[in-house]
Order: sequence, then structure tokens, then C-alpha cells
Amino acid sequence: MEWANQLCENRQFGSKMTDSKYFTTTKKGEIFELKAELNSDKKEKKKEAVKKVIASMTVGKDVSALFPDVVNCMQTDNLELKKLVYLYLMNYAKSQPDMAIMAVNTFVKDCEDANPLIRALAVRTMGCIRVDKITEYLCEPLRKCLKDEDPYVRKTAAVCVAKLHDINAQLVEDQGFLDTLKDLISDSNPMVVANAVAALSEIAESHPNSNLLDLNPQSINKLLTALNECTEWGQIFILDCLANYTPRDDRESQSICERVTPRLSHANSAVVLSAVKVLMKFMEMLPKDLDYYSTLLKKLAPPLVTLLSAEPELQYVALRNINLIVQKRPEILKHEMKVFFVKYNDPIYVKLEKLDIMIRLASQANIAQVLAELKEYATEVDVDFVRKAVRAIGRCAIKVEQSAERCVSTLLDLIQTKVNYVVQEAIVVIKDIFRKYPNKYESVIATLCENLDSLDEPEARAAMIWIVGEYAERIDNADELLESFLEGFHDESTQVQLQLLTAIVKLFLKKPTETQELVQQVLSLATQDSDNPDLRDRGYIYWRLLSTDPVAAKEVVLAEKPLISEETDLIEPTLLEELICHIGTLASVYHKPPSAFVEGSRGVMHKRLPARTGSGESTESPDVGTAAGGSAPEAAPSIIPSQGDLLGDLLNLDMAPPTTSGPPPPTTGMQMGGMDLLGGGLDSLLGGDIGGSPAMGAGFGAAPAVMPASLNAPVGGGLGDLFDLGGVGMPMGAYIPPKIVWLPAMKAKGLEISGTFARRAGVIQMELILTNKAMSVMTDFAIQFNRNSFGLAPAGPLQVLTPLGPNQTIEVSLPLSTVGPVMKMDPLNNLQVAVKNNIDVFYFSCQYPISMLFVEDGKMERQVFLATWKDIPNDNESQFQIKDCHLNSDAASSKLQGSNIFTIAKRTVEGQDMLYMSIKLSNGIWVLAELRVQAGNPNYTISLKCRAPEVSQCVFQCYEAVLKN
Amino acid sequence: MIGGLFIYNHKGEVLISRVYRDDIGRNAVDAFRVNVIHARQQVRSPVTNIARTSFFHVKRSNIWLAAVTKQNVNAAMVFEFLYKMCDVMAAYFGKVSEENIKNNFVLIYELLDEILDFGYPQNSETGALKTFITQQGIKGQTKEEQSQITSQVTGQIGWRREGIKYRRNELFLDVLESVNLLMSPQGQVLSAHVSGRVVMKSYLSGMPECKFGMNDKIVIDKAGKGGVTDEVGKSDLGGGGSTSGKQSIAIDDCTFNQCVRLSKFDSERSISFIPPDGEYELMRYRTTKDIILPFRVIPLVREVGRTKLEVKVVIKSNFKPSLLAQKIEVRIPTPLNTSGVQVICMKGKAKYKASENAIVWKIKRMAGMKESQISAEIELLPTNDKKKWARPPISMNFEVPFAPSGLKVRYLKVFESKLNYSDHDVVKWVRYIGRSGIYETRC
Repeated sequence: MEWANQLCENRQFGSKMTDSKYFTTTKKGEIFELKAELNSDKKEKKKEAVKKVIASMTVGKDVSALFPDVVNCMQTDNLELKKLVYLYLMNYAKSQPDMAIMAVNTFVKDCEDANPLIRALAVRTMGCIRVDKITEYLCEPLRKCLKDEDPYVRKTAAVCVAKLHDINAQLVEDQGFLDTLKDLISDSNPMVVANAVAALSEIAESHPNSNLLDLNPQSINKLLTALNECTEWGQIFILDCLANYTPRDDRESQSICERVTPRLSHANSAVVLSAVKVLMKFMEMLPKDLDYYSTLLKKLAPPLVTLLSAEPELQYVALRNINLIVQKRPEILKHEMKVFFVKYNDPIYVKLEKLDIMIRLASQANIAQVLAELKEYATEVDVDFVRKAVRAIGRCAIKVEQSAERCVSTLLDLIQTKVNYVVQEAIVVIKDIFRKYPNKYESVIATLCENLDSLDEPEARAAMIWIVGEYAERIDNADELLESFLEGFHDESTQVQLQLLTAIVKLFLKKPTETQELVQQVLSLATQDSDNPDLRDRGYIYWRLLSTDPVAAKEVVLAEKPLISEETDLIEPTLLEELICHIGTLASVYHKPPSAFVEGSRGVMHKRLPARTGSGESTESPDVGTAAGGSAPEAAPSIIPSQGDLLGDLLNLDMAPPTTSGPPPPTTGMQMGGMDLLGGGLDSLLGGDIGGSPAMGAGFGAAPAVMPASLNAPVGGGLGDLFDLGGVGMPMGAYIPPKIVWLPAMKAKGLEISGTFARRAGVIQMELILTNKAMSVMTDFAIQFNRNSFGLAPAGPLQVLTPLGPNQTIEVSLPLSTVGPVMKMDPLNNLQVAVKNNIDVFYFSCQYPISMLFVEDGKMERQVFLATWKDIPNDNESQFQIKDCHLNSDAASSKLQGSNIFTIAKRTVEGQDMLYMSIKLSNGIWVLAELRVQAGNPNYTISLKCRAPEVSQCVFQCYEAVLKN
Repeated sequence: MIGGLFIYNHKGEVLISRVYRDDIGRNAVDAFRVNVIHARQQVRSPVTNIARTSFFHVKRSNIWLAAVTKQNVNAAMVFEFLYKMCDVMAAYFGKVSEENIKNNFVLIYELLDEILDFGYPQNSETGALKTFITQQGIKGQTKEEQSQITSQVTGQIGWRREGIKYRRNELFLDVLESVNLLMSPQGQVLSAHVSGRVVMKSYLSGMPECKFGMNDKIVIDKAGKGGVTDEVGKSDLGGGGSTSGKQSIAIDDCTFNQCVRLSKFDSERSISFIPPDGEYELMRYRTTKDIILPFRVIPLVREVGRTKLEVKVVIKSNFKPSLLAQKIEVRIPTPLNTSGVQVICMKGKAKYKASENAIVWKIKRMAGMKESQISAEIELLPTNDKKKWARPPISMNFEVPFAPSGLKVRYLKVFESKLNYSDHDVVKWVRYIGRSGIYETRC
């Protein structure tokens, strides 16, 4: 408040009043005094009083009590005073709606004033007063102002429509203001056009499905003309609006691009970025072999680089956007590495962003320069920046193989500095380098071990423990090192605990004789003394593995790890596409879709890059933005099946960078000696624990149930459980198998999809349950499959006719045909599906039982069968065991028949039934089978012969599934 | 769009608060103060998201300007607007300081009402604003005057009013370049670029149509091929510089004031415009090729034991001997634990400034093709700090009377068809100044 008083003194009363007079007045007195001044006859005094009121308002003081007195000052020909009163009104009208109505007459009168500046001022202010009664009175003046002869009034009225829409959308529609606003797009004055575009764009955002903007080649042409003439801000509004348009073909796209490119030379960075957005988007539609396409690519680089000489805040916005552009089109800036070199005086936020882009642009061609720079940065003062620089060196090693050696030696140099956080960061990245280049740089382990004591961050400790465990056989005192960590086990973070558990198990498997005590210690720490379910579960799994089948344990724990990918922190492709459509905006700064930070209906609409339509479509274009229809692109992220997760977990990949998924090939090398390795130690330990630990029964939920199961289960059964999880959802022949969740709601913005496949009367059906677990209604469902092994494709559209409300569930059955495009999948029966709704496109993959494809006319003639069986080479025969099946051969035969597996002949030899069967797949492939059933033996043997032996595994799975149900 | 705009002093007290959107409340004012101005940590980003509200801020001396929004606004536009806002305020009342803001708060509110409507930036050219936001009221304006104002504010040429008259038509062109360098200790150029500006002061009557030409490689090559050389001959404005041999320069990129017709530049690469009255920036450009680096710094740092550093720095000037560089300053960073420094230099004055952790060596003037050196002994206090000294780069400041990029103005033609003065009657002045930007050599 002091300055508010001071303020007025400075301006007017410096000599007339004293400070003390203000400071001694009580609040009440002050208001009273102001009231008196506001009602003064002297104009000057009135004006000064209003100024004081505004000053008080600014600092957050409540001066609403003066409302009637201030409003009384409104009718004046002094424009300055009028504006001050208006300012007051905008602030307090909402809290005093009844009194605000007093102002209406003056507003209405002002809207008719001869001076256009006053007309505009009135309509501008009225729109800001959110009081219903005032709003009603606004309609007529607004209608006039929208058609005012003066462009200044029209441009103000255009924005006023948006204001009114924000207060009362219905009223705006009822009064037909939207149409008038649309007409203004053809106004002769460029600023009126720009404001109308801005207002329409905003209104359209809250009506995602309306065709409000109605962009067509004619209106686009008008916008492009206005673009050359309006203010810099107007150009931004128009460009942002243009970016929402989807040209009809590549020709139109090119002609718009040609008219937008001059904007790249504008001094205003926002104009440049918005132009870049339009170009990046429309470029998607241009054929790549077009000359213009490469010209355009070349034109984009210089303005982007120029943005880096703007003020630091804008540089930051530009860099966040360049980060996206580099991911989408690396070719644009690939030669511009140097401009991203960090300057000593750059603000920290600019430095960090530049570093990110440097890593992305690093390639074999520039790696030497980049490394020299990174090494320089690693000696700077800002901790975050130094850490990121060290991490970047590691990334370079992983990305550019030729540089790996140099990177490692640089990292070693940095470790020698003994700067605590540098050492820790270096160890974390060296772990990744080991993952990428196994058996190449392990000579540095000794140096790393020297720094063990200085590590105090979980990530670094975990990385170091991983290294010790992974290379336990080369580190003489690995057991001592790990033991030293074990002392404070319960004080460690989960990450470190998990890692320590795994590392010690690895150590045990490598050096069983010396480390039994250690492994027992860690297993009991993890399972008995921990409240962390992850840790406990992992402890139990290892325990069970070690006690039941050490060979399997070795295969699991010491399995070869999947390669780590070269690029890290890449934005997921669909999100990237969406963000490209939001270049220049907050979304592109946050790298998040608008729905993540904007409330309400705005921003829910997802933007997409257009699809390429041009006639000259080139064949090599893997990165073409896949169309709005959402045909699942190969690169589309599929939800990794649960089995992958579990394996990943067992392989302790929990702290690894993004990996290429897929189960690892089991190690074939050394086999372990079997059970004797364990001695009696573990078994006795296990038994003792179960009996002797009261905590088990008392505190643990699922744990006790797990333990007995592991003890009682036959050897291998437990493992089977572990590995068969992927097959749990495998449906069984004529049965309608249970539906499983394919797409969890968490990963699909609230849409949950579960389903199964069935074959009914010769028609393959995909049966889906869609559940809306989000807060908003879902509509416009559509489905599409990626190419797959058997050409499965939807035979019709997805029939979801009614919108799906929150918490509603709908069952849909989708007939499938087998005439779609074919591509071999792995596994063979994998199906990648894209489901679209009004919110987004979601991708998942599921596996269908191959029995679905067994056609009804699959019964082969006996002779043909015999001939075929002989004809197929023996190499193509595969044999499987079906365990624990208690059916006799006839029951089995009839059960299989239900699933179109036909028995052709039966022979009995020495109490063994031999069934000969044939199957025909929808694509004409024949599979021949011989099933041997021995009375009293629950284990069947099956031999499959087929010209395409890769289907055998799937067919076997069907047998198993059908027979066991 | 922008939901509100606040101005704070360094203590976090609100000086100006204008809310445009209903979704922004008074609590936003406090949220920014608490989370950004009073934040313990150094500011890590110019954009902050607090409780789903985004804050954009820029700082001018110790004044904070913050724009607030809850929508997915055009972030680049918001920052451009905040800068523009500072320019407008500076044009009205000088430096953006707490004192000036308090003294002009009514004016600022009036400006904010005009240049932001419902959070949408409107015409913010000071030339236009000053015609009707005057703090004098609008009494006495005739109808013609009023419509002239409104058509200028909304019109195609929003930056210039009609009816300007000068007795003497005169224009001044300043080519101001800042040359940036990052050099390795071994003298290898890691990165170098010139960012230049062409600033024009025009005192021209009427609505003159101007055409600006420079030795842009693309234009010269085109002209050379086509055999059109008449314009090159008329380079009456050329001069200065040290690059007599070089005919044309490659411009990486340039941006123009909004008065320049961009589509014409894009198609013909000609720069034509109707200039604003008075001083403004016509264009900015950037070059990276064939830059004349006016100085070369050769550092030699030797650590003698743990408590002593020996530093020797040689600077060499690299331009025509007839030209003089001015205001030369070399800044040699010293470690934090420096206890004493002895300096010997042959030219200029050198001083160790403990508060800045640097030896500052100043030379008033230096001709081209000369060299000078400084040597210093730095005594260090023993420390047990494990962290090594980061060795910040040696930086340099200077001013030279030529354009390091080699840019030359070839012509600036003025046409005013309605008034009777021609291109020849206009008095034109051109000046070239090259200054150091970030001119650093690592040591």
C-alpha cells in the first residue's frame, strides 16, 4: 500500500501532502477519505482519487466498497479518467453485479459515440464484464460494432465475440454472431481479419467437432493474402490457424508452403516458429522426390539457427522446438552442430537444452568435435550441467561405435578428477557402455572399484553393484565388495536393494562354493525383513529357482541381455507427431500434449500430421506420418506383453535404458552340475524359514501362498508357470476362451479393451469388450490391423453406434476376413491392432489362437494323407509332449473335431493309440499330425508335419489348449 | 491466450496487475512470487508451471514481467510480446525501473488495455501508439484525425503516419556487427559468427518508397550472370572496411523489420519498404563464412606447483594498419583462491580485480597488424578443495571501424512520387561499427 500512496504523491501531491498523513490514517478512514474525494466537484481531485483507488486495487487491497462512487465518475469526457473507471469496473463488477448495471447506460451511449476510439473502448470493456445483465445489453451494440465503418471498432468487436462466447456460448450462437465473425474473414482490413481468425480459432477449440473455421481453398487464399499485410501478431494468429488446415493434395500443400516461406525472414521469432510449424506439417504431404521438397528442407535450417541469437528466453523456446524437429527430421540440422555449442554465459536452461540437441546430432562425422566440447563442459561449475555432460559422453559412446574407446578414456580421465558427482555419473554411463559393448572395456573395472566408497547416490551405487555382479568372475574380491554393501541393506533405496539381490545371486551362480552364506543372507534379508513387495517377490523367485532347478536359474539370471538402443529419451512417435503440430506453443516447450496441462475441453482435440497423398508417392518413406485413420505403423509402440515384463524383471533390466524388447536367447554354454551344487544348505534353509518365521504368516499377504506352491510343485512346474504367462490368454478351439485385457485403461487414456477370438459357423470373430474408464464420453470408434501373418483384417467397420459414456461397457463382435495384406510376424500369431476414438489412437498387440484359422473342409482323404506324409521331408517334422492330459483317445478326437482338427485314422499298437489327423489353414496350408496316446499315461506325444514348419509351434499350442479344456 | 500480466519489483511486490481471463485469479500473483521470485534455487527455466498455470517471465534489471495463462498458448509469441512491452514502456518513459513504473502506472494500464485485448496482442508499434495514447485525453481531435489514427493502427502501414514533412531529407545507416568467436587454446576456431544489424534513422517527408542493396553474394552473382552491372557501379555508399579484395559475402540468414516486403525478398531478394519515421532496425543478419577476426588471443597458462600460476597472453590485431581499434579490453579469469597478482604489460593498463576474479587489461587504441602482450604471476592460497578450477575462457571486448563480416551497403534509393524530391536530394550517411560479441579463447 505504501507505494500506492507514494505513487500519487509523486505525481501530484508531492508538496501538498505529507507522508505522515497517509500513514496515520486507518484503513477505514482511508476509504472514507477516498469516498469524499471521489465525490468532489473538482475534476482533478476526482481523477487523482480514482488513481489512488486503482493503485490500491493493484496491490491487492479490497476497494470494492467504493463501487458506486467510482461508477459515478464514469460519465466524463475525460478519456483518461474513463479508462481508469473502466479498469475498476472490470475488476469489481462481478462482485457487485447489481450496481454494475448502473454502468450499462453509459456503455450503450459510448457505443454510439462519434469517436471510433470511444466506441471501441466501450465494446472492449463491456466484453470484459462478466455480469449477465450487462451481457444482455451488450448484444445490440456488439452487432452494430461488428459492422462499424471504422476498422478499429470492427477489430475490437471481433475479439469481443470471443469474450462473449467465454461468458455465454449459447447466447453467441443464438444471436448469430458466429456467422458475422466468419464474414469478417473476408474483411478488407488485415487486422480485422487477423482478430476474427484468432477469435474463431479460440471458439472452435471448445467445439472440436464443429466446422466453425470451415477452411477451404478460398478462405485459405484470403488468409494468405492478409498474411502479407497484417501486424506481426496478426501473422501469428493466421499462421497458427493455417496449421490446422489439411490441404487436399500435394499441389495445394506446395502452393501454401511457397506463400508461407517468406515469413521465415520475419524479425519476430514467433512468426518464424509458426511458419516452421505450417511447413513441417504440410511437408508431410509432399512427395520426397520432388525438387521443392529438398529446397524446402534447405530453407528451414537458417531461420532455426537464427532463432539462437534471440534473447535467452526465446532461445529456450526455440531449442525445445528444435529438439522436436531434430527428432522428426534429423536431416534439416545435421550440419549445424556448431551452433549448439554451449557458451560460457548462456543461462543454465539454454545450456541444458543445447546439450540435449548436441547428443541428438552427434554422428561419426562430428564426434571428435562433440567429444572435445563435452569434455570441456564436464569441468564447469553447474552440477546439473556437468552431470548431463558426463552422461552425454556415455551416450556418444553408445551411439557412435567408433568413438566408444575415446569416450571411455575420457570418462576415465573424469573419474580421476575425483569430483564426487562426476565420478558417480561416469559410473552410471559406463554401466550402459558395458551393456552395449560386452567384453570390450572391462579392463577399467579396477579403476571403478577404487571409487566404491565415494558413491552415495542410489543410481550410481546400483550401477556399480550391477557391474560387480555382472563381472563377478573377473573381480577377485567381488564377494567382499558386495558384502560391504549388504551391511546397510535396509538403509539402501529399493533400486540398490534389488540390484544387490540380483548381483549376489549372479555371484553365487558363478562362484557357488564360496558364496553360499552370502546368498542365504541376502535372500533372507529380501524376503523376511523387507516390506517392499517387489523385493520380496524377486527374492522368492530367485529362491525358488535356486532350490528347484539351478540350471534354469542360471539360464534366467545369467541370460544374455537384449541390446540397448542407440537413441535414448526419444519421444514416442505419435506424441512427437502431435507435438510437431503444436510447434511454438507451450505443448512444444513442455513436450507434453495440451491435454496434460490444459483444463477443460480445450486442447482435448489431438492434432495429427497429414498423410502423404501425392501422386508421385515414393516407395522408400518409412517415416511418413501414418494417416489420421491410424493404420498401425510398424514402428508403432505396442504394449509389451506381460511376459516381456516379467522376463525383463528377472533379468533385472529395471534400471537399464530403453531396450529392444523380446525374450533373450537362452545361454547354451555351460550346463550346471545339477542339484548337488546347492548342497543341503539351501533346502534346509528354506524349510527352516517356513517353519520358523512367524513374520511370514502374519505380515505377508501373498507370500505364504507362494512358498508352499513352490515346494510342492513338481520339478519344472514352477518354471512352467513362470514362462507360460504369455500363453495364459491362449484360447481353446471351439470354446470361447476367457477374455483377457489387451489394452489397459492406463495406457489408453481411460479406454480399456479386453477380448478374445472365436470361430463361429466358419466366420472368424474378434470379440471385444470396450470399457470407458475416463471421465468424458468416447465416440467415433474405429479399428485397424497391421499387416499380419495370415492376412487377418476387419471384414466391416467396428460397430459402436452409441457414444460410450463414462463407466459404460459395450460388447462388440467384429467379423474378420483373411484377405488382408500379409506380413510375417513374430510370433507368428501376433496381431497388432490400432483402435481410434475421439480422443486418440491406441496401439496394442495380441495373439490369436491359430485354431481360429482351421477351416471346416480340413479333412484329408486317407490316400492323400499317406502320400503327403511321405512327401514332406522328415526335417519338417516336429515332436511335442502334451503333459497331464487325462482324456482317452476317442474323447480327444471328438474334442479336437470341434476345432476343425479332423481324425482320419486310428491305429492301436501295443496299447498305444495312434491318431492321424489333418488340419487346413485358411491360407491353404495343410498340417498333418500323429497323436500317440498311451492308456494310463497322462502325457501325449504329438508329431506334426507341415510344408511350412514354422506354424507347428502354434498348432501344438492349440492342441494343448483344446485338449486341456 | 495470455490470461494476465503482472509486473513485480525485486522484492516480489506487485507494481502492475492486469487480468484478462476469468481463469486467472489473484492467487496466481502470489504463486509466482512464492515459487519463482522467492525461490531458493536459481531460476531453471523461463517457463514455470504451477498448479496447471503457466508463467512466462523475463527480467529487466530488477523488474520481473510475468505473463500467465492456463491454455496452450504460443510460447514464442508470449515472450516476443513481453520484450515488446518492455520496448514500448522504454519508448514512453525511459528505463524500465521500479521508480518509472510507479510513476507511470496509469499510462501502463492504458497501454496494456490497448496492446492486449482478451490476451491477444494488438498493434504495439510505438509510432502508432503515441498518436493516440498520450495521457492528454483526446479532446480537440477532428474527425479526420480520428479516422487517420484508427486506419494507421489497423492498417497495412501501421508503422508510419501520413503527412510527415522535413525541410531537409536525410537518412543515416549504421551497420552494427557483433563478432562472436570461440577458439581453442591451440588457436583453432571452434565456432565463429557475425550477427549484424542495419539500423536506420530516417528523416524523410511523405511516404517514401525505399530500396536497399548490399553486397549479398546471391544478388551479385545473379546480377553478374545477367550482365546487369549498373547498380554495382553506383556504390556511392560503400567505404570503410578492410576487405578491398572481397566483392560479396554469403549471408546465412536474415530477418527484417515488419516494414520490409518479405514476399518480394523471397522471390527477387530485393529489400524494399516504406520506412518508419525516426530510428528503427531495418534488418538483422548472420554470417559464418570468411569472417575477419579482428583479434587473435594467444594464451599460455602454466601451473607452477600448487600455489602459483604463470599467465602470458599475447593479442594480435588482424586488419589494415591504417585502421584503429578502440576500447580494447582483455579479461583473464583467475582462480577463486587467488591471493595476489603481479602484472606486467607493455601497452595499456592492467589490474587484478579481486571482486570479479579476473585480470582486466585495457588498451585505449590499437592499430592493425600489431601485437601486444601481458604476463602475470598469480599466487594461490592452498586449498583442500578437490574440485579443479574450471578455467573459464579469456574474453575480449573491442570496437573496430569496419564490418567483420565484410558487408557493404551498395545503395539505398528513395522514391517519393507525390512530393517533389528525388533520390539525389536525400543526404545519406553510412557508418560501420564492428564490436565484440562473445569473443572467447579457452585457456
